[in-house]
Amino acid sequence: MAAPQPINVEDLNIYYGDFLAVEGVDVQIRPRSVTALIGPSGCGKSTFLRTLNRMHEVIPGAYAEGTVEINGQNIYDSRVDPVNVRRRVGMVFQKANPFPTMSIRDNVLAGVKLNNRRISKAAADELVERSLTGANLWNEVKDRLDKPGMGLSGGQQQRLCIARTIAVEPEVVLMDEPCSALDPISTLAIEDLVHELKEEYTIVIVTHNMQQASRVSDRTGFFNIAGTGKPGHLIEIDDTDTIFTNPTNKQTEDYISGRFG
Amino acid sequence: MSSPSTFENVSLLRPGEERRLPWYHLVVTGLAGLLVAIALLAIFDVLTVPSAILLGFVLHLLFGYTYSRIREGRRWAMDRLMTLVVIGAFAIAMFPLFSLLWAVVGKGLVRVIAAAPTPFAFWTADMSGVIGGADAGGVFHATVGTLLITLWASIISIPVGLFTAIFLVEYAHHGWRRRLGQGVTFLVDVMTGIPSIVAGLFGLAVFIAFMPDQSVRMGIMGAVALSLLMIPTVVRSSEEMLRLVPMDLREAAYALGVPKWLTIVKVVLRTAIAGLSTGITLAIARVIGETAPLLLTVGMVTSVNWNMFDGRMATLPTFINQQYRAGSANCMSDTVTNPVNQEVYACSITTNIDRAWAAALTLIVIVMILNIIARLISHYFSPKLSR
Repeated sequence: MAAPQPINVEDLNIYYGDFLAVEGVDVQIRPRSVTALIGPSGCGKSTFLRTLNRMHEVIPGAYAEGTVEINGQNIYDSRVDPVNVRRRVGMVFQKANPFPTMSIRDNVLAGVKLNNRRISKAAADELVERSLTGANLWNEVKDRLDKPGMGLSGGQQQRLCIARTIAVEPEVVLMDEPCSALDPISTLAIEDLVHELKEEYTIVIVTHNMQQASRVSDRTGFFNIAGTGKPGHLIEIDDTDTIFTNPTNKQTEDYISGRFG
Repeated sequence: MSSPSTFENVSLLRPGEERRLPWYHLVVTGLAGLLVAIALLAIFDVLTVPSAILLGFVLHLLFGYTYSRIREGRRWAMDRLMTLVVIGAFAIAMFPLFSLLWAVVGKGLVRVIAAAPTPFAFWTADMSGVIGGADAGGVFHATVGTLLITLWASIISIPVGLFTAIFLVEYAHHGWRRRLGQGVTFLVDVMTGIPSIVAGLFGLAVFIAFMPDQSVRMGIMGAVALSLLMIPTVVRSSEEMLRLVPMDLREAAYALGVPKWLTIVKVVLRTAIAGLSTGITLAIARVIGETAPLLLTVGMVTSVNWNMFDGRMATLPTFINQQYRAGSANCMSDTVTNPVNQEVYACSITTNIDRAWAAALTLIVIVMILNIIARLISHYFSPKLSR
């Protein structure tokens, strides 16, 4: 396998209909590392995250212009099938969303089963165990794999969603405030998991929690918005230590020191 | 002296609670109302059970309110009055249902069970060779007709309705599709208002336009007419159900690299299947009792016709209509003899009316079975939330 390449974002403008939501993002996201995105509500960090696997355009009228290169391919090339992009760039959502009609096991296998791909029972068992182990959930659920996924606690459901995402073996995992609905213990479990996952995956995580950003990430990007109705910008991105101790930009310093707004 | 805001000085009882009377005082006012009603109606010589109950209830409202107003105060009197009004409204709403079931089961069940010549022969016999007041015959032909025509109406309506609903919910979001969706929604609303007789005329006109024989009648014509009535119901109920599927689940599937069409088939439809089956059952129940369009398009016969594409068919609603209109039969003697095969049947003056009630019961039983099937589908396929 070739050495993983960074994600190159060049001059990306993101729209909701006529409204320019995020303007002119230029950034390089390092492979096999954790990049955190922070910023005030409505600044476009989640919107930006969703453009990295073409989930943004799922919203009616929404689109993006510019270049996002993953492994040397521009995912916004008109010949690219967004479905193929999403198979390689997985996503974990703010609210845990296991499929309510499926068991724990079927939830993990969702990427395989929903795509009508055939898989032997042995291979499926192996995939379920590997993915749940990877999501630190195996020991808690191994005796009740046939029970509904919705029966798990909130934190377990979120780890189930992570297991489901890594079961399709993506290269990149996007996380949109994955801990915002979880208690501190579940949050810790997920943060530990993020640390382990970065050995194999490139991770981009949006968070409102600056302590979390400083705990889990190698690099941190700060998004800000000049005012309501104006587009959001990526103000600054740097090593997490630098952002939290010695940011270049005055806005970043104000935000992380709580003097913002 | 403690201050007025001290907790122990504030009563937690509802105001007027100390004057509250036990419930059996209402029984007394109720009985009083009933007695006065009976006396009043007897004086004017119009005493019947329903009128006594109705007037008694109205008087109970008056007596109960007045009594409670004097003993318990205005606030509680209003509470009593409103409770009684709500109970009364509930009873009025439930009355037609139980009255209908009582009448149909009471008048139909005897004919079904005791049908000549063997019990339940009513469900296995047709009307061929049944003449005069003969206590014979059954609804097998009409049941077959109703089931076949409804099945074909469903085969036409469910795909059309479901695909329309999928288009409206999953695709009609933006640009020209959005405008098309608005147009479709408007037309579906218009379609909901089509009178059933007009749907029957449409079924007739469509086939006559293509057929050399102007008097053509076929089961499929009835199915087309019924589908016209069924499609808007299916579209509307399916649309509601599909919109209830959270956007989260669609996004979860997209994020796993599942194409949109597979997401719709395997996530959206699968999650909504309980609601969809309920909605579709209601749509079927709505058309299975239609009479007018079937009178126009499929007519009536006395024997079983399994072929949807050839000739007239009997259906339960038209059978009920026909039997009821035939009215009471003439009985010259205790028996009727079929002049063709010389079979002898008992003669009954009420045989036609009895068959109408028994056929109505049959129709209700079919609708009930459909409902049970839908409930079972809901039960076994709905999202499982428990541990």
